[in-house]
Amino acid sequence: MENRRIIRKWFWVWEFEKEEEWLNEMAQNGWVLDKVSFLTYHFVRCEPGEYTLRLEMHGAEPDYIDFMRETGAEYVGRMAAWIYFRKKAADGAFDLFSDIDSRISHLNRIGWMLSCICGANLVIGIVNSFSPARIGWINLLCSALLSYCLGRIHGKKEALERERLLHE
Amino acid sequence: MPDSMALTESTYYILLSLLSPQHGYGIMQKTEEMSGGRVRLAAGTLYGALNALSDKGWILPLPVEDGSRRKEYALTEKGRGVLIKEIARLRELADNGARALKEEVQWKIEE
Repeated sequence: MENRRIIRKWFWVWEFEKEEEWLNEMAQNGWVLDKVSFLTYHFVRCEPGEYTLRLEMHGAEPDYIDFMRETGAEYVGRMAAWIYFRKKAADGAFDLFSDIDSRISHLNRIGWMLSCICGANLVIGIVNSFSPARIGWINLLCSALLSYCLGRIHGKKEALERERLLHE
Repeated sequence: MPDSMALTESTYYILLSLLSPQHGYGIMQKTEEMSGGRVRLAAGTLYGALNALSDKGWILPLPVEDGSRRKEYALTEKGRGVLIKEIARLRELADNGARALKEEVQWKIEE
């Protein structure tokens, strides 16, 4: 019986909750995330439901990873700006965010990252559209796509902000 | 933001846990214990809150002891003042609620 599985999969940036759900379903089915690389998830065998997985966009400063370890979570790795953690279900519930404010600030981090990349693509796209190679449209397309992603993230943020009007 | 605003439940329990110095995981455990399991601070939320509270000067990271990677935090005088004010505010909220409900009952009896 094979003990490792590699799955290549694509998630849009606003689908990070769906990605997390998928990773937890895999763990329910006896496959726990062990390593990540570009668009690639490496799994190893585990007892079904042995682990809970969480992911977030974070700068991954060593201080934060130490802090997470202290609370019993294990750092799995990072893919671009996303970091992945797992924790044994027997060691208690595992969540990264427990209030609306910290969920909103996570969405702000994602929004800020997208805005930076979007802005850079816009500038490069405009500059390149004057170059003889005429490849600027690629960057302009990227920046249009990133704007759409930003819109989706903003929508999620607005829903949370409406919620916060009534409770925390 | 003025310091007289209401604290979030997370902030309140973090300050309350730090009446004696604690490391991060200790704050999580203490909060859960004090609230009878109702309030669970998630690690990412707590990490952000500890940084924000340190920046405000309400809590203070203690010097890390040799051989330990775990950072401990303590409440400052300023943080203690905020906590005491918040407890008074919460008491006022609860008292007002109880009084309003009592008046409603009397009003129904008189009717």
